[in-house]
Amino acid sequence: MARLLRAVGPALIIGIGGLVLWEVSFAILQPEGFVLPAPSEIVAAFVENSDEIWAATKNTGYIVITGLIGGVALGVLWALLVSRFRTANETLTPLSIALNAIPIIALAPIFNAWFGLLSPVSNQSIVVILVFFPVFINTTKGLTEVQPDEIELMRSYAASTWDVSRMVRVPNALPYFFTSLKIASSLAVIGAIVAEYFGGRQDALGPLIVQNAGLTRYADAWAAVLAGSMLGIVLYLLSGIFERASMPWEHAAETAGS
Amino acid sequence: MTDKPACAVEVSQVTKVFNVGKPNQVKALDDIDLTVSDGAFVSLIGPSGCGKSTLLRLIAALTHPSEGTVCVNDKSADQARLDRDYGMAFQTSALFKWRTITDNIELPLQLMGWSRSQRKERVAEMLDLVKLSEFGDHYPNELSGGMRQRVAIARALSFRPSLLLMDEPFGALDEMTREHMQTELLEIWNRTGKTVVFVTHSIPEAVFLSQRVIVMSPRPGRIASDISVDIGERVFETRESPEFFAKVTEVREALRFDHGADE
Ligand SMILES: Nc1ncnc2c1ncn2[C@@H]1O[C@H](COP(=O)(O)OP(=O)(O)OP(=O)(O)O)[C@@H](O)[C@H]1O
Ligand SMILES: [Mg+2]
Repeated sequence: MARLLRAVGPALIIGIGGLVLWEVSFAILQPEGFVLPAPSEIVAAFVENSDEIWAATKNTGYIVITGLIGGVALGVLWALLVSRFRTANETLTPLSIALNAIPIIALAPIFNAWFGLLSPVSNQSIVVILVFFPVFINTTKGLTEVQPDEIELMRSYAASTWDVSRMVRVPNALPYFFTSLKIASSLAVIGAIVAEYFGGRQDALGPLIVQNAGLTRYADAWAAVLAGSMLGIVLYLLSGIFERASMPWEHAAETAGS
Repeated sequence: MTDKPACAVEVSQVTKVFNVGKPNQVKALDDIDLTVSDGAFVSLIGPSGCGKSTLLRLIAALTHPSEGTVCVNDKSADQARLDRDYGMAFQTSALFKWRTITDNIELPLQLMGWSRSQRKERVAEMLDLVKLSEFGDHYPNELSGGMRQRVAIARALSFRPSLLLMDEPFGALDEMTREHMQTELLEIWNRTGKTVVFVTHSIPEAVFLSQRVIVMSPRPGRIASDISVDIGERVFETRESPEFFAKVTEVREALRFDHGADE
């Protein structure tokens, strides 16, 4: 508990301090309420529309989570495949830079044309592609950047390629993979909401933000943004929990050190 | 392991050239002949870059000679590797940080298809041998450098290979831990009767441990002298004896190469 406090304490203080400052300065300056509402107004809007926001968060969350799972699965599989070939790394770097340069979000209207304006598939595809790249690139790095000594040790035991993959490459890739999973979970939320601006279900966070902003109900729009960021935070924390559970050796070093 | 081979290691007329035909071509070893009899403790010493690690990796069949042949236990080095005839300890200890100490020592046994109960029994024996019984459930990054080296040695011995190849295993240790580890290694060697080929940078270490010290010349590595060390049983006082000093001096003299040994 004390460790947890030490870890999140500074962030909490800065966060709460910032909110208080924001609220107080708004109370004193009393700006026109429509550009940026005070935190209390956003919270009030959040509570007032909680049913609508909850339903929208569930719909967006569905796109985010299915897209995330799909993108992670594809990224990992592709990384496993590519890392089996020695030259993979050299072709990978320029290729990934080139592919990364495509503004994937810009594909949303095209995907809507392909899959139908109201179909979830188009938004899921955007999330899958967005998630795919960081997972693929990081995991491939982890699978290939193994200490030469560790490979030689396995060769000295006449271990098969499969054993080397299973016992060395995969565990070596875990930290790389989890780093990418955290990046991917934020990207997935951003991707889903922006994709929703262009199409898909109308009772989701993206349309909710667009509609409320269009009707100058800014507090309501901000309340939907708040729901989106909470979705992102939950996914980030979940990734962290998975990370801890699958890499107990990192945790062991920490406790031994303190 | 039933009938003893005539010689554990036989390197004949071996030359090793890296990057053949490229601008960065380098001749690491030149015309090496080395025979190590079964059960012997032999050290390789020489200036940095003279090819000690390369020679060890050739014996381990982790790389192959450009010319000449390498035999291990009367077989080709490759066959010996496939038969798991040797255990190797690297300078970096090369423990897997995601495996506990027990699981690290168990790794070769797992690969060799030992049953769970056999593995458990053997690992307990090995932990006992290197005096780390209480640390079986710890991870490598919870151990000191010396402890990690002992785990690496236990792992190399776990599957009972007849030959132990060690590349500066104590290089990163302080003097006191180092002497302690040397004593432990000799104890293990006395008890198990393995053949050991040991690479080191330290003259006293080579003299204290080995029956033979092979002195190598700077690149391209050749065998400059082959000094046998018969100074009786090694005890604590050995390091202070005149015979020990005499041998240390002899090896030091053999290591005086006219042109720049970059050590
Ligand atoms: N894989 C390799 N590719 C190219 N050159 C190599 C390779 N391995 C070793 N060499 C070269 O061979 C020579 C001998 O290297 P080696 O590592 O065997 O020396 P060493 O005696 O073990 O040195 P040290 O005492 O510093 O460990 C060096 O010049 C090195 O640059
Ligand atoms: Mg070396």
